[in-house]
Amino acid sequence: MTNIDYKVIVGLEIHVQLATRTKMFCGCELIFAAEPNSRVCPVCLGLPGALPVMNKQAVEFAILTALSLNCKVAEFTKWDRKSYYYPDLPKNYQISQYDLPIGSTGFIEIPLPDGKVKKIRIRRVHLEEDAGKNIHSEGNFSQVDLNRAGTPLLEIVTEPDINSAEEVRLLAIELQRIVRFLGVSEADMQKGHMRFEPNVNLHIKKDNNEYKTPITEIKNLNSFKALEKSVAFEAQRQLAEFLDSGKVMQSGNKKTLGWDDIREVTVLQREKEEAHDYRYFPDPDLVPVVVNKKWLVEIKTKLCELPLTMQNRFVSEYGLSDYDAGVLTADKAAAEFFDNTVKAGGDAKRICNLVTQTGLKIANEKNCKVSQLGISPQKLAELAKMVEAGQISATASVTIFEKMTQSESAPQQIAESLNLLQKSDEGELEKIVDEVIAANPQAVEDAKSGDKKSKKANGFLMGQVMQKTKGTANPQVVAKILSSKLNKGI
Amino acid sequence: MSKDILKLTCRELRDSIAKGEIKSSEAVSAVFERIEKYDGQIGAYLNTYKNDALGKAKEVDGKISKGKSIGVLAGVPIAVKDVLCTTFGTTTCGSKILENFHSPYNATVIEKLLAADAVIIGKTNLDEFAMGSSTENSGLKKTVNPWDKSRVPGGSSGGSAAAVAAKMCFAALGSDTGGSIRQPASFCGITGLKPTYGRVSRYGLVAYGSSLDQIGPLTASVGDCALLLSVIAGHDERDSTSVDEKMAPVYDFSAEIDEPLKNLKIAVVPQLFEGADSEVVNAVKGAIDIYKKLGAEIIEIKMPHFEYAIAAYYLIATAEASSNLARYDGVHYGHRTKNPADYIEVYTKSRNEAFGQEVKRRIMLGTYALSSGYYDAYYLKALKVRNLIRGDFTAAFQKADCVIMPTSPTTAFKIGEKTADPLQMYLSDVYTIAVNLAGVPAISIPCGFDKNNLPIGLQIIASAFQEEKLLRIARMFESQTDFHKRRPEL
Ligand SMILES: [Zn+2]
Repeated sequence: MTNIDYKVIVGLEIHVQLATRTKMFCGCELIFAAEPNSRVCPVCLGLPGALPVMNKQAVEFAILTALSLNCKVAEFTKWDRKSYYYPDLPKNYQISQYDLPIGSTGFIEIPLPDGKVKKIRIRRVHLEEDAGKNIHSEGNFSQVDLNRAGTPLLEIVTEPDINSAEEVRLLAIELQRIVRFLGVSEADMQKGHMRFEPNVNLHIKKDNNEYKTPITEIKNLNSFKALEKSVAFEAQRQLAEFLDSGKVMQSGNKKTLGWDDIREVTVLQREKEEAHDYRYFPDPDLVPVVVNKKWLVEIKTKLCELPLTMQNRFVSEYGLSDYDAGVLTADKAAAEFFDNTVKAGGDAKRICNLVTQTGLKIANEKNCKVSQLGISPQKLAELAKMVEAGQISATASVTIFEKMTQSESAPQQIAESLNLLQKSDEGELEKIVDEVIAANPQAVEDAKSGDKKSKKANGFLMGQVMQKTKGTANPQVVAKILSSKLNKGI
Repeated sequence: MSKDILKLTCRELRDSIAKGEIKSSEAVSAVFERIEKYDGQIGAYLNTYKNDALGKAKEVDGKISKGKSIGVLAGVPIAVKDVLCTTFGTTTCGSKILENFHSPYNATVIEKLLAADAVIIGKTNLDEFAMGSSTENSGLKKTVNPWDKSRVPGGSSGGSAAAVAAKMCFAALGSDTGGSIRQPASFCGITGLKPTYGRVSRYGLVAYGSSLDQIGPLTASVGDCALLLSVIAGHDERDSTSVDEKMAPVYDFSAEIDEPLKNLKIAVVPQLFEGADSEVVNAVKGAIDIYKKLGAEIIEIKMPHFEYAIAAYYLIATAEASSNLARYDGVHYGHRTKNPADYIEVYTKSRNEAFGQEVKRRIMLGTYALSSGYYDAYYLKALKVRNLIRGDFTAAFQKADCVIMPTSPTTAFKIGEKTADPLQMYLSDVYTIAVNLAGVPAISIPCGFDKNNLPIGLQIIASAFQEEKLLRIARMFESQTDFHKRRPEL
C-alpha cells in the first residue's frame, strides 16, 4: 500500500443577481417569469443605435457587497466589452469589468460546524450584464428569450482557499445570507439568483512527492446541493483518475464539466479549455465610474451588521446556542425582530423559541417576514414575560401568538379572553391537589414507591389536577405542591 | 415660383413659412419635383417619403394658419443619412444585412428634428455602415457627384451631400467618424459641420466607431449649419457620452453668426500642404489671404503627430467597429442565411452573404487589433497616439482660435479610381481623421473650384465646444465669397 494523502483545492465563482428595480443598462423592470421577450427595449435587445446607460443602484449594490466582503473598492473603474458569439447574447458582446473590478482582494468568513470560523480570500468582485436564455424547443430550431438579458449580475471570485465540498456549501450559504442582509439580492435559488462555478483539483502527496491533478471547472450549478455534491464527486473522480493514470496538471488540460443532477455525476463539456480570446476592450459607449469619497461615505451608511457578527453576538450576549443563533440570522428580518424584542425586555431564550418555533412557522404559512405579522417587538416581549412569570403556559403562548397576528389586543387581554391565564394561587391549587390525592390512593401509593411506577403515577396525578382546572393550573406550582405532599408521606 | 423657393436658406424658408408667404407643402413639393427629376441620375436617396412629408407639411401649415406656435425648422424639408434610426421606413445603413430592418424607435436627433417641426423627406445613401470615403461601398445603391456624374460624391455621407448640392433638400444630417460629413461636403461644394464629440446625442445613430462618431448638419450655408446644430445639440440621458449642458450650453448658434471675430488668430500647418493637390493648396492659401484682409493674424505651427492619425484611426475605429457590428448575426434581426447547417453557420453565412468587402476588411482589422497578444502593440498604442494628437491640438489652440487646412487633398475623384486600392482611399481622409481622434469640432466650407469646375473645401478646426466661434469664423469667409452659392447644372 502506497502512502497517499490529498487535499481538495477549490476556488469558486459566484454570480449573484442584484435586486435592482431596473436592468443594468436600460430602464426595463426586473420581473421574474414574465411572458418571453416582454421585458425588453432597444438597449437590452442590442438593436442598432441603442446605447447603454449605467444603473447607479447596481453599482451601489456592488460596492456594498464589496465592502462587506472586506474588499478594496476601486476609486476608478470602467466597463469593458467581452466578445463572444452566442444566440442569447444580443450584441455578441457582454458588458463586464475586466482589469479594474469594482472590488478586489477581500475575504469572507464562514462558520464551520466545529464552531470555528474560516477565512476565504476574495480575489475580485465585479459587475456585468446577464445574457438571455436559449430555449430548446421541439423541432430543428431553438428560441431565445431576452427578458433576462441585461439583468445586473455581481460576479464574485474567491481564491482557491476552500478545502472541502462542505466548505464550498457553507461559503455559498454565508454569501447568500450576506447579500440578503445587505438587501442587494433576493438570492432566491429557485429563481436562479445565485449560480456557482467551482474550480476543483487535488494536491496529492504520494511517496513524499506532491502532485496536482488537472483543474476542472463545473459550470452553472444553481443549488447548494448540486454545488456540494458535484465538488465531492469531482474530488473522488480526480483521485481515482490520478491513481489510475497518474495524470497531472499541465497548461491547457483544464476541463469544463457539467453536472448531471439526476445521475449525480459530472459530465464532460469541453475537453480542452481553449484559450478563449474575448478581445476585451473598454466600452466606448459608457463613461468610466469614479467612486469619490463623498459617494463612498453615502454608500457606507447603508451597511449593516453582517449575519455572522450578529450570530456570534446572539451567542455571546444573549446566551443562545449557536444553532438557534444560526436559525435566527438566516433571515435578516427575523434576526432584527428577535434582537429588538430582546431589547424590549424578556428572556432571550424564550423569545428565540417564540420567534423560531411559532413566528417563523406562521410567517412561512402567510408567506411573509416574521416582522410583518403585525406584532411589535414590545408586544412579543410582553408575551415572553408572561410565560416567564408563569401567568401562561408555553402551550398557551403559541395560541396567544397566533391570536396576536389577527388582533390589536395586548397579550394579557387575549390570555384573559381565551381563559388561558394560569392558576398559580398556591392555596387554591393545594385544595385541588388534596382532592386528587384523596380520590386516587393507588396512584399515590405508586408515586411514593420510588420504583418504576412512580414516574408514571406522578404524571397521572398531575394530569388529574390539570383536568380539574381545565388546563389552567400552573404546572410548576402543581408539581411543587404535589411533590411536597407526597414526600411528607400522607 | 418653385425655383425661388429652392434658393432660400433654411432660415429664410422657415421665416417665410412662418409669415405665411410660402406654404411648407409648396417647399416639400418643390423638393420632390427635383428628386423626381434628378435623383434617378444622382442616386442620393435610398428612400423618400413623399406622402408622409406632405402630411407633415400640411400639419405645419395648419398650425400656422391657426396661429399656433411652431418650431425653429417649421416646414423645412430635410434629409437624413440612413444610419439614423427612424420608426418610419427602413434603417438600412446602406447594408444588405439591414436592408429590411425597421427600427422600433427614433434616434434622438430625429425626435429633435420632428419637435422643431422639420419635415423629414427621405433617407440618403452612404458607404455601408458609414465605412468609406466615396459612397461606393454602399451595398444598396450608387450615388454620383452632382458636379460631375463620373465622380464620387465623397463619403460616407455622400447621399446627404449630393442631395443638398442638387437642391433635393434644404439641409441634411450626416455622421462623421473620420471625415464623413466634411469630405463629401467639400466634394459637393456645400457646408458640413462635425460637432465636438459629445455635443450631439448618438442615441439612434447606428454605431461605427463609437468613440469617434458624431452627427452633424450638411447645408448650403454656415448659418444653416448653426441653425441645425442648435436644434440637434444637447445632453441626452440615453447617451452617457453626451455632454452636460452646464459644460456645453446650447443656444441659438446662428443668432450672432454675422458678428466677425475680433483679434482672430489662425494657425496653419505648413507641413500639411505638402500632400495636397496644388489647386487645393492655392484655394486654401487664397482663403488665408481673405482672412488676412479681414484682419486675422496667421501663425505657423507644427503638429508633429498629425501624420500618425490615419494609422491610429484605422486601429481604433476598426476595433470598435468589429465589436459594434458583431450584433448583425442573422439571429435576432436582419439578413439570415437560408438553410444553415447549425447555429454557427447562421453567423458565418449570414455575415458573409450580407456584408460588403470594406466592412469585412474593417471587421477583420479590428478583430486582429483587439486579439490577445496584439492588443498592446496595436489598439493600446493607437490610444497613445490618439492622446498625442489631442496634445497637438491643445497646443495649437493655446496659440490660435482655429487651425485651417484643406478638407481633402484632392477634389472629387473618379468613380472606381480608388476602389482597388483601399490604402489610397484611406489617405483621402488624411486631413479630417485627426479631428475625430481629438474630438474637436470642424467645418468644411466651399473655398474655390479647380480647373474641372469641381468644388474645393476649406477645413476650419476649433477647440472643443467652441462651435459658435468656429461658425462665426467660417461665416467671415463665407460673407466675402460666393462659392457656397454656386450649384451644379444637372
Ligand atoms: Zn431594456
